[in-house]
Amino acid sequence: MQSLCYIRCVRRLWGPVQSSRLLKVTHMHRSSRQLQHKKVMEDNKPWALISEVGELGYIEEVMDILKQHFHIICHKDFLQNSLLHGPKIQAILMWENLPAAEPSLLRLLPSLKVLANGGVGIDHLDLPYITSLGVKVTNTPGVVSDATADIAMGLLLASARRIVEGHQMVADPNIAYIAQNLMGVEVTGSTLGIIGMGHIGCKIAQRGKGFDMKILYHNRSRRSVEDEQAVGASYRENMDDLLKESDFVMLAVNLTPETTGLISHRELSLMKPTATLVNISRGLVVDQDALVKALRSGTIRAAALDVTHPEPLPRDHPLLGLPNVLITPHVGTNTYATTRKMVQKMADNALAVLNGQSIPNEVKPK
Amino acid sequence: MEEEKAWALVSELGGDHGYLEEMADILKQHFQLVCYRELLQNPALHGPKIQVLFMWKYFPAAEPWLLRSLPSLKVVASGGVGTDHLDVPFINSLGVKVANTPGVVSDASADLAMGLLLASARKILDAHRIAVDPKTVHIPQSLMGVEVTGSTLGIVGMGEIGYKIAQRSKGFEMKILYHNRTRRSVGDEQAVGAGYCRSLDDLLRRSDFVVIVVKLTSDTTGLIGHRELSLMKPTATLVNISRGQVVDQDALVEALQSGRIRAAALDVTHPEPLPRDHPLLGLPNVLITPHIGISTYDTARAIVEKMVENALAAVKGLPLPNEVKLQ
Repeated sequence: MQSLCYIRCVRRLWGPVQSSRLLKVTHMHRSSRQLQHKKVMEDNKPWALISEVGELGYIEEVMDILKQHFHIICHKDFLQNSLLHGPKIQAILMWENLPAAEPSLLRLLPSLKVLANGGVGIDHLDLPYITSLGVKVTNTPGVVSDATADIAMGLLLASARRIVEGHQMVADPNIAYIAQNLMGVEVTGSTLGIIGMGHIGCKIAQRGKGFDMKILYHNRSRRSVEDEQAVGASYRENMDDLLKESDFVMLAVNLTPETTGLISHRELSLMKPTATLVNISRGLVVDQDALVKALRSGTIRAAALDVTHPEPLPRDHPLLGLPNVLITPHVGTNTYATTRKMVQKMADNALAVLNGQSIPNEVKPK
Repeated sequence: MEEEKAWALVSELGGDHGYLEEMADILKQHFQLVCYRELLQNPALHGPKIQVLFMWKYFPAAEPWLLRSLPSLKVVASGGVGTDHLDVPFINSLGVKVANTPGVVSDASADLAMGLLLASARKILDAHRIAVDPKTVHIPQSLMGVEVTGSTLGIVGMGEIGYKIAQRSKGFEMKILYHNRTRRSVGDEQAVGAGYCRSLDDLLRRSDFVVIVVKLTSDTTGLIGHRELSLMKPTATLVNISRGQVVDQDALVEALQSGRIRAAALDVTHPEPLPRDHPLLGLPNVLITPHIGISTYDTARAIVEKMVENALAAVKGLPLPNEVKLQ
């Protein structure tokens, strides 16, 4: 009988004024009736936990997407009364690895059904642990790929052609204007070696092709002939060969136990002294101490990194002081359009879990 | 019997503004060299010998008094494709040919154009500054950029360099529009998926990125002024790799300050370099590089080789591969 009251209340709110017959909810208090109105309007929406809006959290411009589908509670507010809020929360919508999926948090969320991550990398998540709690994990593959491939090319070109140094020379009175000192290396016709030829790696290859770059790739498994031919890519089963032949080495792998420290002293010394390392995967894929050494000694020409370990680097880290390093603070997906797509995908994934529908991007432990 | 090498005038060798050693070696293979400073010290000795003037980054300038002091001069061989800095009719009137180096500059210039476009769109300069700044505590949300993939690129000037820019942007699935004095062939257009805009205004209205790749002529001076900038989208970026004077710089400053356009990325300005207190240098949404469009070892080498090729032809009285003739 109570549900009928809800429906009638809704009709009263949205439709023309009805007769008092619809208001025959006599066994309810007026104040709780008002609460019922509010609850009816919002009751369909599940509760979701986020880190914050602004600062390290979501940009304001995407909150409409989340608020359309969820009651949103910020971590700070949640902590003020975790006993009250905890049991309501069915979803964590994780952005920039926050709020951290620690046992101390998950323990407070008995109704949690899904942890929807913004971004495709999930190396920061203890998958076996989270799923053991009966919580599904989802990510956002696909929608991140274009923006990430664009940044990869942007870093490659900026490094090769010394664009940042160029601007500094023009704008900074303390730097002598000697344009001659800004000789760079040729991109057109050079050899691009892509390590990790997944969705993002392939898009980088596509872009490299437009510059008449010769494309080599190394991957756990070889791609199809069609995929290779579409971008003119040649497989290098042995990563060492790719390192020896490339003018630009591009890291586009997942971070896993196998890829941790993939590029260290040995690999850097195999590279050409005129070569550039570009990393858009994860900081831990590269041995940073080995990289510092290689850059200082001229073992390689330069490096361009969108990712480091940690992020951000400590302010006295040697990488920050090197003239032949370009670092961006993990901005691979930082466009309004891509950010919106990621948030939409997170929402879609979370809702699919909560509605018991087929989940577009579930990540399962191996 | 080996002929004695002809004498050529260069700006300087080595130092901050002179030829890099590698390039100087290419010149020395075929010519005996006199530096500008040496010529000034003893014009009577050196002047009459010189048959070639090698011009690199506008030096030595082909001033009338200089040319008149070189009675045996046969050619001014300029490095680069632009010739707006040369008074070709005047030089020709002295019986001296002018040569440039088209073709070899195109790849590097197109690469830089794309580099500037991407660096501006994705705020790479700001991002790097923040990443290395000792005072950085956390990353501001203002590092949000604009999407390049799938956006609309408007190329103003679809010559060899403009076309190569179109080829590169195709890999980013950009929608390509172009404006040119003449329309390109259907085959050319289809190869890069470029749509012709007979009206420049039309291109300006529709583009997310406007790239200027024209020659500097009396027709293109001030091509992009207040009116053109106001036709552009407020989210659009202007990229200029042609010449500083193609853009009305005061109008550009105003447009950037008022948000009439989102940002600008310039490899060329007027003058070069800009005075350190120029308003363009103070704007947060401007990226400027010091005319480094051809600054790679490979391309610089190829340019010098072409300069030599043209100069040798002139000395031998043969047709020049790249003579600049009056229209």
